[in-house]
Amino acid sequence: MSSSTATQTYVPKTRVGKVTDYVDSRVGGSAIVKEFGRKIFPDHWTFMFGEVALYTFVILLLSGTFLTFFYDPSMAETTYEGSYLPLRGVEMSVAYASSLDISFDIRGGLFMRQVHHWSALLFVAAVAVHMLRVFFTGAFRKPREFNWIIGCTLLILSLAAGFTGYSLPDDLLSGNGLRIIDGVMKSIPVVGTYLSFFLFGGEFPGTAIIGRLYVLHILLVPAVILLMIGLHLFLVVLHKHSQFPGPGRTNTNVVGYPVGPVYAAKAGGFFFIVFGILAAIAAAFTINPIWNYGPYDPSPVSAGTQPDWYIGWVDGALRLMPGTIGNFDFEFMIPFPWGTNALPLNVLIPALVPAIILFTLMFAWPWIEAWVTKDTREHHLLDRPRNAPTRTAIGVAGVTFYCIMWAAASSDLIATHFMVSLNDVTYWLRVLVILGPILAFMVSRRISLALQRKDREIALHGRETGRIVRLPHGEFIEVHEPVDDYKLYTLTSFESPQAELPTPDKDGKVSRLDKVHGRVSRFFFEDRVAPVTPRELAASHGDHHEEVAGAKDREAISSR
Amino acid sequence: MKKSGSSGITKGRKQPVKALSQRRRHPLAAVALLLMALLATGGIYAAASTANEAQAQTTTFTANDVDEGSKLFAANCASCHGMGATGSDAAPSLVGVGAASVDFQVGSGRMPMQMDGPQAQVKPVQFDDEQIRQMAAYVASLGAGPAIPSDEILDPAEGDSSAGGELFRVNCAMCHNAAAAGGALTRGKYAPSLEGTSEKHIYEAMVTGPQNMPVFSDANITPEDKQDIIAFLKTIEEQGSPGGADLGSLGPVSEGLFIWVAGLGVIIAFTVWLTSRSS
Repeated sequence: MSSSTATQTYVPKTRVGKVTDYVDSRVGGSAIVKEFGRKIFPDHWTFMFGEVALYTFVILLLSGTFLTFFYDPSMAETTYEGSYLPLRGVEMSVAYASSLDISFDIRGGLFMRQVHHWSALLFVAAVAVHMLRVFFTGAFRKPREFNWIIGCTLLILSLAAGFTGYSLPDDLLSGNGLRIIDGVMKSIPVVGTYLSFFLFGGEFPGTAIIGRLYVLHILLVPAVILLMIGLHLFLVVLHKHSQFPGPGRTNTNVVGYPVGPVYAAKAGGFFFIVFGILAAIAAAFTINPIWNYGPYDPSPVSAGTQPDWYIGWVDGALRLMPGTIGNFDFEFMIPFPWGTNALPLNVLIPALVPAIILFTLMFAWPWIEAWVTKDTREHHLLDRPRNAPTRTAIGVAGVTFYCIMWAAASSDLIATHFMVSLNDVTYWLRVLVILGPILAFMVSRRISLALQRKDREIALHGRETGRIVRLPHGEFIEVHEPVDDYKLYTLTSFESPQAELPTPDKDGKVSRLDKVHGRVSRFFFEDRVAPVTPRELAASHGDHHEEVAGAKDREAISSR
Repeated sequence: MKKSGSSGITKGRKQPVKALSQRRRHPLAAVALLLMALLATGGIYAAASTANEAQAQTTTFTANDVDEGSKLFAANCASCHGMGATGSDAAPSLVGVGAASVDFQVGSGRMPMQMDGPQAQVKPVQFDDEQIRQMAAYVASLGAGPAIPSDEILDPAEGDSSAGGELFRVNCAMCHNAAAAGGALTRGKYAPSLEGTSEKHIYEAMVTGPQNMPVFSDANITPEDKQDIIAFLKTIEEQGSPGGADLGSLGPVSEGLFIWVAGLGVIIAFTVWLTSRSS
């Protein structure tokens, strides 16, 4: 590399240098590289899921562009004359015919379709895992609340992108999915039928929906996603990346490697790794074999009709909801001045309530937690999930709630593959969707506290080596190996807030809100394991002579 | 809850056949049985329902077949289906279920039934072709029913797979899945995967409605249409999966499971590798 002889007037000598200087003096690139290239990012494998989401999105844009060259979003009827024999001569929409052409008559088309679809599944999965990492490590706390909100919006947008894309091939499977959306829409009282007619341009399925979804899928949704990704990354750079606590890592520094050259190379390489994995999967495993499903026709519904995984939980909720309980059918007839409108709660509750609960809690969580902790400091050091037991437990409860609904979407496959009754699967999941989150909350909070106790034990008494040593006077002891200072720092340096009791104001009164806050605070922090104090640490080293003795004896034994 | 798939059709003819079966050791029993069954029972049944008679019985059974079949039946089936196949509390009457039904149930290994349950499970076939033919002859002799289909109507090459696909999606896919991978029914019952099912058994299942399957009579789906369906099933079975491993043809569930376990698993392995020199 050229040693920089930085003088005021730099005259490039080589050809590359001249070109670079020409560009740089016009766009000021070196200042950007200097600033951004020296940006430090911490290293941890859980920090890379956001990157995976970004890369899959890029792959989606690339493969999606290829697909738009050949896809025709028309619902006009045509007769298939392509090379897939079992559908030849079948009447279908142009959209489905062009999807089949992409699969069978366009060179590389099937591969690109499969890359696109597998990337979509991985994209949403990466977004979800990334959000779980952020949640469980407390990375949403001040100053990152807005970025959490942008992330939540990105999750919803990725669901929208997925669903609009899922419907485009106009095959039987996607048509069944659209019919469910139509049904949910129509269950909204008063405006439902209007909404459905506006979306479909008349009675379902009509001849407009595929073209409309196509515009949303390739224009509006990706544009908003791109905008949000831009904002998201800008805020990441602005806030600096959060890091796990450790020796030398503080709230005001970032310990890691600079972007240039380490992360530029790592991230660039990782993009190709992700692309390679997806290409390998797309080449070897089929996804959404639309030729199996046939053209959409409102009359047939295939067994095993499910949405893609990320919509599965809504489908599962619909499957779990009983249509009637005894004679109670969840349907109310509401008299309005213009006539009677139905309120079909057996559709509205499962279609909307779980989503409202999950998304409201998700969006509001940074402020809920800030209200509980009354903490207004900035946090750049992450929590180990065990050190925030109640948050971890609430997160696990949410995940459990989601996963049970998700499992319910495959209730028929659970029944056939585990040889159990479909009815029993549904009954059990109905119970679990209520009890599961509660149990998950209790169990995971206990596990978190138990892990904290274990950490405390290790910090004070060292690691159990499993070596039993007999002392000269006959006593048997297990040798404990003290942990090194680095590990000790990680085990002991965390905050453990305590429950805040409501304090009377200057009139000696406790407001109702304060009382509520006191109760919530107690719920969050009453059960706690106090972190090891320096005094405890010193004391534990003082009265552990047998450790030293044990170690000495062991040396004596091993040197024999 | 015992299986009573076909007892509804044949209840009316329980008594005369029972009377016949009690004299089955008479030297002329087989002949008499055949005549009586064909004339008295089959005649009335045929008059009531000609739906499945469009197709001529191609396998001709001799009296000896019926006789041998009767012995096999008494030894292997009668404990549940009753002497004379008139049914019991444990199993339905087989009078009028036809040779096709026996050929399907015994030929696919579902009968004799391994255990009581929501529906008969497939297991290794217990009889050879000759024995199955003889039992079919015996049951066919008890009352007219769907016959074993001829080879011509089973030839997938003669069918139109596109037309068959459309019929399959409208009539079969809601239980058997659009890719014929099978699906769940209520209370432990299920529609099996059709992969590897022979042309003959597909046809017989349609005309006899085994287990929980409805009967698709020739008035409902003509023999030619059935041939189209067979052509469709055999085409998709033989072509395999054009896009790579099909993950069980179970749709988005297996795809989602795959990306979460295999896809994300490999990604995580790489992230751990990339950050393994962490400070």
